[in-house]
Amino acid sequence: MAPAAQSLINQGSMRRNRAVRRLGQVGLWLNPVFAYFFLWAPILILVLFSFNESKSVASFTGFTLKWYNNILNNVMGAERAFSTEIMLNAFRNSLFVGAVATAIATVLGTMIALAMARGRFPGKSLIDSLLFLPVVIPEITQAISLAIFFKVAFDWIAGISGERVFPGFHTIIIAHVTFNISFVAIVVRARLADMDPQLEEAAGDLGANPWRTFWRVTFPLILPGVVSGALLAFTLSLDDFVITFFTSGVGTSTLPVFVYGLLKLTVTPEVNAISTIMMVLSTLLIGISLAMQGRTASRA
Amino acid sequence: MAFRLRRLRENGSLLALPTVAWLVVFFVLPLAVVLVFSFMSRGRGGVAILPFTIEHYERTFGVFFIILRRSIGLAALTTVICLLLGYPLAFFISTRRRRVLRQIALFLVILPFWTNFLIRTYAWRILLGEEGTINGVLLSLGLIGEPLSLLNTQLAVVIGLIYGFLPFMVLPIYASVERFNFRYVDAAHDLGANDIRTFLRVVLPLTLPGVLAGCALVFIPSVGAFVTPDLLGGAKGLMIGNLINKQFGGSGNMPLGSALSIVMMAVVMLSLLVYIFANRREAGD
Repeated sequence: MAPAAQSLINQGSMRRNRAVRRLGQVGLWLNPVFAYFFLWAPILILVLFSFNESKSVASFTGFTLKWYNNILNNVMGAERAFSTEIMLNAFRNSLFVGAVATAIATVLGTMIALAMARGRFPGKSLIDSLLFLPVVIPEITQAISLAIFFKVAFDWIAGISGERVFPGFHTIIIAHVTFNISFVAIVVRARLADMDPQLEEAAGDLGANPWRTFWRVTFPLILPGVVSGALLAFTLSLDDFVITFFTSGVGTSTLPVFVYGLLKLTVTPEVNAISTIMMVLSTLLIGISLAMQGRTASRA
Repeated sequence: MAFRLRRLRENGSLLALPTVAWLVVFFVLPLAVVLVFSFMSRGRGGVAILPFTIEHYERTFGVFFIILRRSIGLAALTTVICLLLGYPLAFFISTRRRRVLRQIALFLVILPFWTNFLIRTYAWRILLGEEGTINGVLLSLGLIGEPLSLLNTQLAVVIGLIYGFLPFMVLPIYASVERFNFRYVDAAHDLGANDIRTFLRVVLPLTLPGVLAGCALVFIPSVGAFVTPDLLGGAKGLMIGNLINKQFGGSGNMPLGSALSIVMMAVVMLSLLVYIFANRREAGD
């Protein structure tokens, strides 16, 4: 705008500008109030009603711990067959699947991250998209593709050997490794990008072979990245529902699959109580893992 | 030296091999099987048999088109509302003066996210149900005479999707705003631009990368959502993810489910291309 035109700005447009600014200021305060309320109200209400005396979630009538007590003592509403034992078993399954899948995915993800950062071979951009796709593809697509794949593979095996293989831990673990590799690779690659490659060259010049160089120089330096990647993989694995739901077999339900079965039914105080317990546990778990990450990162 | 370097190069590809093999077998191959299945006929028990056919794609764009359109529509609506809600929120967070307050403000957005997605979605069943909290409060205040049917509607699905994915919008925009130099705003004002013009010509273009990333991160999982419409949508809020799920049940149709998945993946890839294209144009400016 030319200076001459600027001096011609009339009162009306200045008043309008002031009104816009006032409106913007009010909006900028109202928005966070609403957003934080929106983010927190559902969770707080869920927790609140897990302590509600009556079964209703319409109004709070009084404080009680009986729903938590029911869970501990294996008594649930008459309308549902619930067992604390099954829940604990599902939790154990989750930990087992998470641990094995994390171990495999961390090794495979770190290897590909190293290869992409240090190796020089053709087809790198192709591998890049191969690593990128599992992150962006809808969960349900990945879930059904694995379900179909396992079915076809098991039919084929049965056709050849006459032995029928059923889905179970192995299928869930394979599925979890597949979606975790990319996340581990992303985290480790970020760490590798920050690292000075001259350190490795120096180790080589000083006579260390590549194997020794890796374990004595590269690995200690990327360890915080590897740990973060592993923690991320473990969290994703514990949290996953959709892909596990389609790849699990009889008796190998993980905790989210078990919880889904409960949540599909009507709202009951016991389910609210279980949800509250799970919320506290997962928050603690992630809090601890973040604290550990902070420590390993600062130590390096 | 040259010898060692060459060996390292060779090691490089050898190091990539196991992971690439894993992803080819358990990621690419299954998708290829889905693609083949989507062109096969439905056999007894919903399995895929020969001959090849395109009937499942005809049904996807025929009787099921309404659900495909609804999925894209609800995902787009979710993305727009997340943007309107998340953009000012990201500004609010990054303009806190003290570092501690900034961290707390950000933390309060991320913390609810640590709870399992299923449970966060279930919380809305408590709120929106016929005998739920919102109806309970409105009834006791005398604002309504009869409970509203909020659950098992498209509205409930959109609320659930926004709730599930809002942090995906806030975090990339926050990262953009953090890098934004607020002196540009003063400069624009000094040069005579009013607030609206400053926003449209200075603030928005410079935070656009975060906006684009946020939109992609919200839209993509929303289109493929399965849990949210399953727990909150009922029959009225059915989305393509639920339709796919149904094809793998007792009276299912795996080839149809495969065709639906392929179409959904095409929608996702298309929106990803739009994102990459928009990002490139933005970077090129």
